[in-house]
Amino acid sequence: MNTDTLAAPVIRVQGVSLRYGDTLALDNLSLDIPANRMVGLIGPDGVGKSSLMSLMTGARKLQNGKINVLGGDIADAAHRRAVCPRIAYMPQGLGKNLYLTLSVFENIDFFGRLFGHKQAERQQRITELLASTGLTAFHDRPAGKLSGGMKQKLALCCALIHDPDLLVLDEPTTGVDPLSRAQFWELIARLRTRRTGMSVLVSTAYMDEAERFDWLVAMDEGRILATGTAAELRAQTKTDSLEAAFIRLLPNEKREGHKAIVIPPRDTHSGTAEIAIEADGLTMRFDDFVAVDNVSLRIERGEIFGFLGSNGCGKSTTMKMLTGLLSPSEGEARLFGQTIDVNDMATRKRVGYMSQAFSLYSELTVRQNLELHARLFHLPAADIPARIAEMGQRFMLDSAMNSLPDALPLGIRQRLSLAVAVIHRPDLLILDEPTSGVDPVARDRFWELIIDLSRRDQVTIFISTHFMNEAERCDRISLMHAGKILASDTPTKLVERSGHTTLEQAFIAYLQDAVGIDEPSVSESEIPLPTTADQYTAPTDSRFSLLRLFSISRREAIELRRDPIRTLIALFGTLFLMLTFGYGITMDVENLRFAVLDRDQTTLSNNYILDLGGSRYFIAQPPITDYEQLDRRMRSGELSLALEIPPNFARDLQRGNSVKIGAWIDGAMPTRAENIRGYVQAMHQTWLLEQARRHTTKPIPASLMNIETRFRYNPDVKSLPAMVPSVIPILLMLVPAMLSALSVVREKELGSILNLYVTPVTKLEFLVGKQLPYIAMGMVNFFLLCAMAVWVFGVPHKGDFLLLTVAALLYVAFSTGFGLLISVFTRSQIAAIFATFIATFIPSNRFSGMIDPVSSLEGGARLIGDIFPGTHFLTICRGTFSKALGFADLSQYLLPLALSILIVVGLSVSLLNKQER
Amino acid sequence: MLTLLNIFHLGIKEIRSLGRDTLMLIIIGFSFSGQIYIVASGLPQSLNKAPIAIVDEDNSPLSVRIINAFYLPHFMTPVIIDQYAADPGMDAGLYTFVLDIPPNFQRDLLAGRQPTIQLNVDATRIAQAFIGNSYVQTIVNGEVSTFVQGHRALVTLPVELETRVQFNPNQSAIWFGSVMELVNSITALSIILTGAALIREREHGTIEHLLVMPLTPFEIMLAKVWSMGLVVIVISTASLIIVVQGLLEVPLQGSLALFVASMALYLFTSTSLGILLGTVARSMPQFGLLLLVILLPLEMLSGGMTPRESMPELVQNIMLATPTTHFISLAQAILYRGAGISIVWSQFLSLFVIGSVFFVLALTRFRKTISSMT
Repeated sequence: MNTDTLAAPVIRVQGVSLRYGDTLALDNLSLDIPANRMVGLIGPDGVGKSSLMSLMTGARKLQNGKINVLGGDIADAAHRRAVCPRIAYMPQGLGKNLYLTLSVFENIDFFGRLFGHKQAERQQRITELLASTGLTAFHDRPAGKLSGGMKQKLALCCALIHDPDLLVLDEPTTGVDPLSRAQFWELIARLRTRRTGMSVLVSTAYMDEAERFDWLVAMDEGRILATGTAAELRAQTKTDSLEAAFIRLLPNEKREGHKAIVIPPRDTHSGTAEIAIEADGLTMRFDDFVAVDNVSLRIERGEIFGFLGSNGCGKSTTMKMLTGLLSPSEGEARLFGQTIDVNDMATRKRVGYMSQAFSLYSELTVRQNLELHARLFHLPAADIPARIAEMGQRFMLDSAMNSLPDALPLGIRQRLSLAVAVIHRPDLLILDEPTSGVDPVARDRFWELIIDLSRRDQVTIFISTHFMNEAERCDRISLMHAGKILASDTPTKLVERSGHTTLEQAFIAYLQDAVGIDEPSVSESEIPLPTTADQYTAPTDSRFSLLRLFSISRREAIELRRDPIRTLIALFGTLFLMLTFGYGITMDVENLRFAVLDRDQTTLSNNYILDLGGSRYFIAQPPITDYEQLDRRMRSGELSLALEIPPNFARDLQRGNSVKIGAWIDGAMPTRAENIRGYVQAMHQTWLLEQARRHTTKPIPASLMNIETRFRYNPDVKSLPAMVPSVIPILLMLVPAMLSALSVVREKELGSILNLYVTPVTKLEFLVGKQLPYIAMGMVNFFLLCAMAVWVFGVPHKGDFLLLTVAALLYVAFSTGFGLLISVFTRSQIAAIFATFIATFIPSNRFSGMIDPVSSLEGGARLIGDIFPGTHFLTICRGTFSKALGFADLSQYLLPLALSILIVVGLSVSLLNKQER
Repeated sequence: MLTLLNIFHLGIKEIRSLGRDTLMLIIIGFSFSGQIYIVASGLPQSLNKAPIAIVDEDNSPLSVRIINAFYLPHFMTPVIIDQYAADPGMDAGLYTFVLDIPPNFQRDLLAGRQPTIQLNVDATRIAQAFIGNSYVQTIVNGEVSTFVQGHRALVTLPVELETRVQFNPNQSAIWFGSVMELVNSITALSIILTGAALIREREHGTIEHLLVMPLTPFEIMLAKVWSMGLVVIVISTASLIIVVQGLLEVPLQGSLALFVASMALYLFTSTSLGILLGTVARSMPQFGLLLLVILLPLEMLSGGMTPRESMPELVQNIMLATPTTHFISLAQAILYRGAGISIVWSQFLSLFVIGSVFFVLALTRFRKTISSMT
């Protein structure tokens, strides 16, 4: 063993275990990572590499054991804060910690701001980094539109902006084409020659890459298999390649049955080969972007055809056109001589497809998954059990039949996906990167199945992959780049033609020919890399920094600006809602339909009816003829009021006998019924007085006394002036809360939440920083709503507008904070939407006093109304709009509003985790 | 036949997926139990605990009699205040009503001088202002007449108006609020379940997997409609029986089967609307906002909160094109007024027509989004 490794290790791991639920990801693991080296973590996906890395960088919370990083305990928050500026962590997944709508420059700039660099310094560093990674030409391109390799380079720039002493890269080259991969490692190598003190820890699934690292850690199932240099590992296992060495290191039961892959030659002599797929000039355009450019292919029946290229080069799009998922913009694809028609179900039955995104329905068991697909492909019901049994045996799934896919190792899941894709005996099997992340043994087993399908069942296989050794197993391969096929032939011929010795070198040569002109190779650029750290200001590790807070706000604001549709819905949607509510909700009950069962039919009874029908509250409907009809018309809701005038009404009245008029009121809607009763009774009284005056000679006083009703603040008792100011609190609750509610949970779903874990930004800075742009937007909404109230609805604002503005600011700060609280609390966007809707709409609409004053509410509703800040804002809103009030009258309501902000922000901060759990 | 089988199997898959989303199930459970209970039991009767203050400048037996005539549940016990406290109290929203009994009121009344009582109403609280005003008038008039009758005879006319409130004789707000809140939950849940789930499937790429199988967009969509519709029907029927009839003790009039049938038809429409929204929105944040813009008018303007009659003609007509308006009128007719199919068939027809239009629109958009998907 090399003597250097005995020097103080940069990371010391002691007895670390990690559990996710029932799964043990790391099993009592101990390890020393030597300093100043390039250390590789090797092993397939799901063996704990990523978990270990996230624990080492402090991104994930340590469950037990101890990890020392850069001379301190990583479990100690103070130490984490202190060393966090010295560590850079690039998570797995292409550009997972990048912001896809932000440009290349804005992404790096954001990280620079987070680490507290000054403007001039940032500018200089970014220029240098972009130049050294060859990204200068893409300065303004959104990160989402970069190819996989460029995304990784950008992520590296973001990681390097603060001059780390420890660089942690989690599978930085997975899914990247060989040329970009080579450039990436060259860049790292040059970095290390300039900054000799830097330690680098890399994980990878490519064994050929790992050969070049200084020191290796081989992992499997949360444990360490072996450590040492590549040469040491090979010597230890007596093998000649690292891949073989790794397989040898695996425990016996895993290696069992593993043998080198042998590909029987295709039987091409039996007459003329049938053409399975034929593509002619396939082209796919999305708007102005050409994803696939004039691709032509001919694949024979039973052939294994490989498709190589970087992510985003058009492989998946081509495959989708061949499955009929997409119709090409130009060109034609034929399957067994027939043109592929997107809507042709018969074609689909001949094709099996296994996509990279979809694995399986995780909520169905293995058997249920197989059954569902067998049914959907219309296998005869009687044959299904036999077919499933056959698949189970052939794909070695028997022991897993009743498990859920998520509980199975990736290798088995991959076999299940394949079983699902071939359950209907397709003639053509399309596999989109089926083996990425699977360990070498499982990968070889998978290939045995594929070869068996091709050679024995004559299934045509169309497969895309990143692995060169897999490509070498194909009968023919196509190299693809930027939507074009660069070359197409058998692997050996491709290598021969390029004049290189390996397929990888051949591929790189083809790529260089294709891109050499427009993308300058990094190795040729002579721009110096940043050298030492001491010329830059030391990043602050203060507990609160406005600079960091504003950099979060700035980024959130840019993202908001890049999604103009969202902004438009937020602004115009609010105005639209105010318009509908302002005009739509009214309490003045008018135009009530009534009808009369007039069994008197005299002038007097007619007079009574006319009196009622003449008012603006009632609209007369055709008279009622009998009780049965009265009942039916009321039940259907046609009539809100039915009157019955008894026989001999006029005669009895003349004689001074007492008479009863019956009034039936539809009580289905209690408020309306109450109004109707009031109207009818008032009108009845008026009619009585009038009749009395007409029939007696002596003067009858109108009444004993008068009640003079003064309707305050809204003298015409119109709904509109009362409604418009009360709609503002509802809308300023719902819309800003919905905007902010998705901001955190979305980062959780998309992965960029990691930047909170590994940068010096604090929880408070993160949350308040996110909140500010939404508060600003909420205030724009507020001013628009006020303008609309005054100029569109003509509801004057009588009181102190400054007070209202201050109150609105506090209220919007609350509602956005409330949205953030929900966002922190939920795990999925759907749940966040539903929860936000229920938690904001019900209280602001029902319990804040918009229609019924809070003091009139009962039980839980009353309690919610009392503590809901919308109640106070409504009081202020009505006070300044309708009652001409100012600070002196209403300032006491500002305090609860301010308090509510502290509560929601405080709760959010305490619920948000600064480490992943 | 094959199509039906596909639709059936796919629908089962949808239900199984939902069954594993625990947090969503909890929120759904709350929305159909706790939410309905709190809203319905918390909403006041048409006039409940209205805050009233009285300025008594007369201090006579009559004024005391008037003060004592206001009591719970319609009014809070009146607060006796002086003239100067009236305006600040109303400004702060402490009282909806302030009744001012002038000096020498009783004396002037008995002398036949027709004295005037002043009633101040906070007309920004529009609902209480209207109803409360007529209550106050009736109460004061009643007290005054009884008081005067004790002193001299009054001329009365022999015509009496006998009002009978049908279908909800006590005008219980719980009866009304519970069912309307249930309708709101049905609308919100059915739109979110289908719409947001569609966007999630698109974001996670699982929808693409379905499309390589021999399945048509029509089958995929109908599977979502029936499965999510069924989930909502089961939950809301349970909620109607357990929460509304059981806990809140609301007597429901008409046939439950007829109501469930109307609900099924409504869900066909609202789930189609959800899918339509899911195809219009490009991302979850957009869907969230779009949902507000669509859902709020549906819930607030379709007659479940305020009477349709009082809305402007234009709004009424536009809302006639939405399914919620017809469903609310169906729910009111069947559950409160006990209407049968012979009375409500036209609303069934409207729902069916609107539902078919939404379904076809959603299907067209769904096909289009799929073909442009990358």
